Amino acid sequence: MKRYKYLISKVLWASLSIVFVMILNFFLFRVLPGDPARAGVKDPRLTAEAQDAIRVRFGLDKPVINCFESINPLKFGSCLVNPLDTQFFIYAGNLLQGDLGTSYHTNRPVKDMIGESLVNTIILIGFGQMIAIFLGMALGLIAAWKANTAIDFATLGFCLVAWSLPTFWLGIVLLFAGSTWLGLPVVGKFTPGGGLATGLPLFLDVGKHLILPTLTLSVIMLGEYMLIMRSTSLEIFSEDYILTAKAKGLKTFYILKDHVLRNAMLPMVTIIALNLGFTVAGAIQIESVFSWPGLGLSIFEAVGRRDYPMLQGSFLMIAITVIFANLLAELMYSYLDPRVQAI
Amino acid sequence: MDYYVPPTGFKSVLLKLRGNWLAWAGIVMLLTTVILAVFAPRIAPYDPYADIKVSIMDIYAPPSAQHLLGTDDAGRDVLSNFIYGARVSLIVGFFAAFISVVIGGLIGISAGFFGGKIELILMRFTDIMLVIPDLPLAVVLVALTSPSLGNIIFVIGILGWTTTARLVRSQTLSVKERKFVLRARAIGSGNAHIIRRHIFPLVLPLMVANSVLVISLAILEESTLSFLGLGDPTMVSWGQMLNYAFTRGGVSSGAWWALVMPGLGIVWVVLGLTFLGHGLEQIFNPRLEAHHLSVGKNMVVRGKEGAGDVQP
Repeated sequence: MKRYKYLISKVLWASLSIVFVMILNFFLFRVLPGDPARAGVKDPRLTAEAQDAIRVRFGLDKPVINCFESINPLKFGSCLVNPLDTQFFIYAGNLLQGDLGTSYHTNRPVKDMIGESLVNTIILIGFGQMIAIFLGMALGLIAAWKANTAIDFATLGFCLVAWSLPTFWLGIVLLFAGSTWLGLPVVGKFTPGGGLATGLPLFLDVGKHLILPTLTLSVIMLGEYMLIMRSTSLEIFSEDYILTAKAKGLKTFYILKDHVLRNAMLPMVTIIALNLGFTVAGAIQIESVFSWPGLGLSIFEAVGRRDYPMLQGSFLMIAITVIFANLLAELMYSYLDPRVQAI
Repeated sequence: MDYYVPPTGFKSVLLKLRGNWLAWAGIVMLLTTVILAVFAPRIAPYDPYADIKVSIMDIYAPPSAQHLLGTDDAGRDVLSNFIYGARVSLIVGFFAAFISVVIGGLIGISAGFFGGKIELILMRFTDIMLVIPDLPLAVVLVALTSPSLGNIIFVIGILGWTTTARLVRSQTLSVKERKFVLRARAIGSGNAHIIRRHIFPLVLPLMVANSVLVISLAILEESTLSFLGLGDPTMVSWGQMLNYAFTRGGVSSGAWWALVMPGLGIVWVVLGLTFLGHGLEQIFNPRLEAHHLSVGKNMVVRGKEGAGDVQP
């Protein structure tokens, strides 16, 4: 019973976070100085009628929310007239129907644009994370096993340096080195015209373009995974069951594989999910450097074009994904370690 | 059960720093940067804000006797820009971290000290803010307001307080249970007095130690925003030097000098702060190093009763 209560409270808080993000996301774009009404119709050559037409088209003629500008206590009743015919409730209603608005720049639904770029981001993050997790766990385990030796110090040094590297700068350095000495392609997803190819050639072409961005993301994520794996393993080494395993005469390899690795999975599983926000930040920078056509590049371009619906939609998308990942991590943690109780 | 009592006075922190080489390396690295930033006009061979006349030969000119690190896309001296760039990084780092630590400290102390509903609301708010990814939100906020130095500091500051609030809260919880707080209450001290005289002085060293890591995050975030084209256009900063060099043909003209130096500067400062931060962290919280529940800054697994204790 207590367990279900814990699960339900976690789900409730996650939904509350999503509602909070949704409201924040709406009002940020209305309250802050660069409001969409002015940005969308900033071209001075447009006539007043044309500007109004654009406002009507994007629904910017309606009040943000009733009595948004000022509340007059004497005429409070007027705030209650037609409360749903305001930008906020129309926005909320559209969101519930999965409509994220229309891009100012391309005039296409934001949902479609995000959908196209999201796939590419998932490919990049997926490969990068897989390499980082695998290497991070292996190297972290070795560093813990060889604690206080040269190997351990080298690992620790690498972790701290990797943590201090600005992601975009590492990307630039790898781009420079990779294109100069290795002749790797560094821009976009395929060579111009390569998108027409099918089957193996396309696969190889995209793969080549993926090498440097993936490498950048892996290095950035690797340090943290290694550090956590190392400290977790160190702690497990001091447990009694490791002593027992040793006393039984188990080979070191089997102790590491069956006893240490298994128990170290627990914190690793959660840190991977919790790290998603950080990973997304890395992806934005890497995609901007390598022009990888993912969500990060769309955000970068949307900033330059003042394409607010696109920015708004991407931010909402990312925030909701991260909240879900966190929820999943917490649920998983309570499943993997039943000792964890609600706060 | 043994209770680990984190050091609460500046003196005891300094004593423990003695043998900590990592922390000292960090302090030295940080000090060199501060000296560079403060004496920039004396050290830098050129003034990056002066009007200059350039010819086509001055653009991305390789390192020479006149320009030790070559020139950038506008024919300016990279070394001078680099030295002046330290100023923006440090200013943004310190002020943004100051805002973060003040907000985090206020929220953490109030939540830890008052408990109950106040704690629930404040910590839930903290949890929500912790989950929202910082960089996309910072990009949106800076893009909507104008990208001036003040706005960047403000945005980074109001987004970076969550971990501080968590830490300060748990420290407040453990300090609150000490005998002298009970004694102070017994002789009739009010909440304000107890917080000011008994809680705050004992939480402050932890806040200072934590601010080291907050500064490093702020510097990284500033450089990222500047690189994405959201930096203050009137100031020379490392992120912006990289933005210009990268977007204006630095890679295709092979101008490694313009692309490498600013990044090394960022790594130098952040690494120094990380060294110092890790050194201080070992002093304040040996539990962080090895405990299977402390898997990361974001994990919420410890109940109120357990805060500040060490598993046997």
